[in-house]
Amino acid sequence: MEPFTRDLSLLIFLPVVGALALLLIPRGRTRLLFQAALLFASLTFLCSLRVLWRFDPASGEMQLVERFAWMAAYGIDYFVGVDGLSLFLLLLTAFLGPIVILASWTISERVKEYLFFMLLLETGMLGAFAALDLFLFYVFWEVMLVPMYFLIGVWGGPRRIYAAVKFVLYTMAGSLLMLVAIIYLATRNSQVTQLLTFDLLRLYNLQLPFGEQIWLFLAFALSFAIKVPLFPFHTWLPDAHVEAPTAGSVILAGVLLKLGTYGFLRFAIPLFPEAALAAAPFIIALAVIGIVYGAMVAMMQEDLKKLVAYSSVSHLGFVMLGLFAFNLQGIQGAIYQMLNHGLSTGALFLIVGMIYERRHTRMIADFGGLWKQMPLFSAFFLVVTLSSIGLPGLNGFVGEFLILLGSFQSSPWWTAGAATGVVLGAIYMLWMFRRVVYGPLSRPENQKLHDIGTREIVMIIPILTLIVFMGIYPRPFLDRMKPAVEMVVKRIESKKEATPLIQGTGGGREARPRGN
Amino acid sequence: MLLTALTVLLLDLFLKEEEKGFLAWITILGLAIAAAMAYLLRGSYAGAFQDSYLLDGFSLFFSQLFFGVAGITVLASARYLQETRIRQGEYHALILFGTFGMILMASANDLIVFFLGLETMSIAVYILTGMWRERGQASEAAMKYFIIGAFATGFLLYGIALIYGAAGSTHFGRIAAYLTQPAQQWPPFFYAGLFLLLTGLAFKVAAVPFHFWVPDVYEGAPTPVAGFMAVGVKAAAFAVWARIFLAQLAPLQSAWTVPLFVLAVLTMTLGNLLAIVQTSVKRMLAYSSIAHAGYLLIGVVAGNEAGGQALLFYLLTYAPMTLGAFAVVAALKREEKDCESYGDYAGLGFKRPFLALAMSLFMLSLAGFPPLAGFTGKFYIFRSAVVTGHTALAVAGALNSLLSVIYYLRVIVMMYMEEGGAEGKSFAAAPYLYAAVAIAALGTIYLGLLPAGALEASRLAFLSLR
Repeated sequence: MEPFTRDLSLLIFLPVVGALALLLIPRGRTRLLFQAALLFASLTFLCSLRVLWRFDPASGEMQLVERFAWMAAYGIDYFVGVDGLSLFLLLLTAFLGPIVILASWTISERVKEYLFFMLLLETGMLGAFAALDLFLFYVFWEVMLVPMYFLIGVWGGPRRIYAAVKFVLYTMAGSLLMLVAIIYLATRNSQVTQLLTFDLLRLYNLQLPFGEQIWLFLAFALSFAIKVPLFPFHTWLPDAHVEAPTAGSVILAGVLLKLGTYGFLRFAIPLFPEAALAAAPFIIALAVIGIVYGAMVAMMQEDLKKLVAYSSVSHLGFVMLGLFAFNLQGIQGAIYQMLNHGLSTGALFLIVGMIYERRHTRMIADFGGLWKQMPLFSAFFLVVTLSSIGLPGLNGFVGEFLILLGSFQSSPWWTAGAATGVVLGAIYMLWMFRRVVYGPLSRPENQKLHDIGTREIVMIIPILTLIVFMGIYPRPFLDRMKPAVEMVVKRIESKKEATPLIQGTGGGREARPRGN
Repeated sequence: MLLTALTVLLLDLFLKEEEKGFLAWITILGLAIAAAMAYLLRGSYAGAFQDSYLLDGFSLFFSQLFFGVAGITVLASARYLQETRIRQGEYHALILFGTFGMILMASANDLIVFFLGLETMSIAVYILTGMWRERGQASEAAMKYFIIGAFATGFLLYGIALIYGAAGSTHFGRIAAYLTQPAQQWPPFFYAGLFLLLTGLAFKVAAVPFHFWVPDVYEGAPTPVAGFMAVGVKAAAFAVWARIFLAQLAPLQSAWTVPLFVLAVLTMTLGNLLAIVQTSVKRMLAYSSIAHAGYLLIGVVAGNEAGGQALLFYLLTYAPMTLGAFAVVAALKREEKDCESYGDYAGLGFKRPFLALAMSLFMLSLAGFPPLAGFTGKFYIFRSAVVTGHTALAVAGALNSLLSVIYYLRVIVMMYMEEGGAEGKSFAAAPYLYAAVAIAALGTIYLGLLPAGALEASRLAFLSLR
């Protein structure tokens, strides 16, 4: 056991401290409110760098673990830790924190509440990535929901209320069943081991019969699949994205969706490996359908934000494909792709936000020839677009390549289907880019546009740096993921071999698991 | 035994000497003293009147809950009484009488004493409902409540008579002894008696299909009184339910599991579905209180230690959020207008940030969002269902929570995402009301973040029954 630290708690709760501090600042001092929020978000990012620095890349175990009894009689602890699966997602969240505050600089109404919810949301996300107690995870998971609901509902577009309520109801529909599954799991564990606990690492060791696993897996998977969103559960996403303010979209695409895929990787798959193996063909099929469907729908969009939203459905399909390949390359690629998507789609939403602020429209048809008027903006836009379609040398390529490599080993035909998604992605992104940036500068409104300013450059440069860095030199990232990913893969491999055995020797009771 | 009587006497002392403005303070002081005494008495066990009145951990737990409920109600009604010109003396005396009746119910160890407590409470609440005499709705509500309540009382009394006929006693201990007799041939009318007893209790907790009076009565009653009923009356009835059915008559558990299972699911589902279509926030809260009775019934179905504890804890978490919500509804009232429709809440978030923030907390808590009281309460209720093998019931509860999110969020949508609507009282106009809301909000957060102490208290209270 390592020496006792509080790095993670500091990281998780610093934003909420900031949120409470904001309450003390008078409502009218808008500038000061922004500065304070930016300060706390930046400090949080520094904390996350400290976590990275203290992280031991060679170990696949949980690190920087903290544990306090919360409701001791029920085995509920405050229990957080970080490993190779969650490390970079924590970093990504903290990294996007200051950027989204900067992106919100133009918000003028109810600034105090807005920043309060932003910081609260950050705590929820960081907590959900770090939680190792199922009860604690559920608390953070739900805590995220409320600020996001307000961000969409108060500061969103014309159909914001519809979008906000839809977002909450969809997410709750999944998570409430997950709550029952969590309780059930802990109860079963206490029956088997005589130890009542919600400790994830202990629950990993619980062996449940297949019939029970599949139900629990479905409850968890539904909750995460809605969040991802996996193909038939994605309908809330375009609404939420289109109506959310820019910063809300960035957070939604950049981090919230990752919680779904992270949930599969951390909870649903390792807790119920047999069920995950059994469900894999269906999930892979849905993922590939999502990839192709998302890309095709994105191609037809007139609205830039909708286009980016549907491209998220497509990209997250890749992540799911990689996860359910159940091998090192696939899962590593999936985590890598989560980071990529957070960066490039986050940047795309920032870019859409920039031109929306200038023109108050997001229709592709309203633009054209922007490079003449906004050369710097167009250059940034180009890099982000190329990153999003996976051009070699930029980050998107590494992730997609690893995923396809991994999934080809397990399901070559589906991988071939997914690869068409890469092509489609290139088509719709480049087509969109051409229509917005190239061509004649025909519209008079567009002729007066001014290029991006210092604040916007400060926002986008760090993202671009990472996009390039992660494309050229992915090793520091992959190395730190590897030990933890290997542990997950090993868990599943052991079940893969054992599964036919169980079905063979279990006799009548085990052989008909789906009958229950 | 002596000390119990003293507590009661203390209460009685303050009932009579009623004057004007400082009455509320006397009431609160009396409640505080009583609560302090109950605290000092913790851990003790005594019986009075041949053990027909028990002072145990269970009754003390509920006494303290009732004192808290009454205290918040008194605070929340200070302004309301001035506006509606309700006579202060009678009002506070009746609140105290009602509280006394509730304590009697929670402490009763004999069907007759239970009945006495029930009647004391009910009569006080009937009158409280109709106290705003200038309003037609109030009289209608009081009349409706009285008639239906009397009907329920009839059921109860008849049930008690039948049980007495079978068991030869109204004392819980002796009825329990009767049940342990090897002769398993209890007469059919014993079951009929139990059934009638259950029916009467179902009326009081507002379980479907005995819920029809709730929305009308809550809507007609003065708003703080509606909160008092929604929490106090329900808690008292569930206290009796827990004492009789979960402890003394626990051997009969299997006999009523299935009907109660159905009752719980129906109550939750119907309460939530009907709450969705309401246009008045007060009526919505009335239906939501029906739905919460359904969640509480999950604890009853689960039975044993897990269920009993979850039931008690849920009542504890339910109290602040519901009282707080009703207090905010009261805060919106302006002169003759009630301002109870959803439209009246529009834009409250920016006119009265504190009230709206507190109301959001109560709504989110009622909907079961962590880390608030409503979530921990639900968590343990669902857990009790899973532990005792009623996973389906937990799933039903979870799906119902989803339904409830629809209408609770609508209040927040109105407060923060719409414009216009009612003003709401300022702090200067109703400081005590604000105090009540603040206390309820703090309770809601506290029970959500640090529930360990309260959980242990509920567990001990339930265990003291055995």
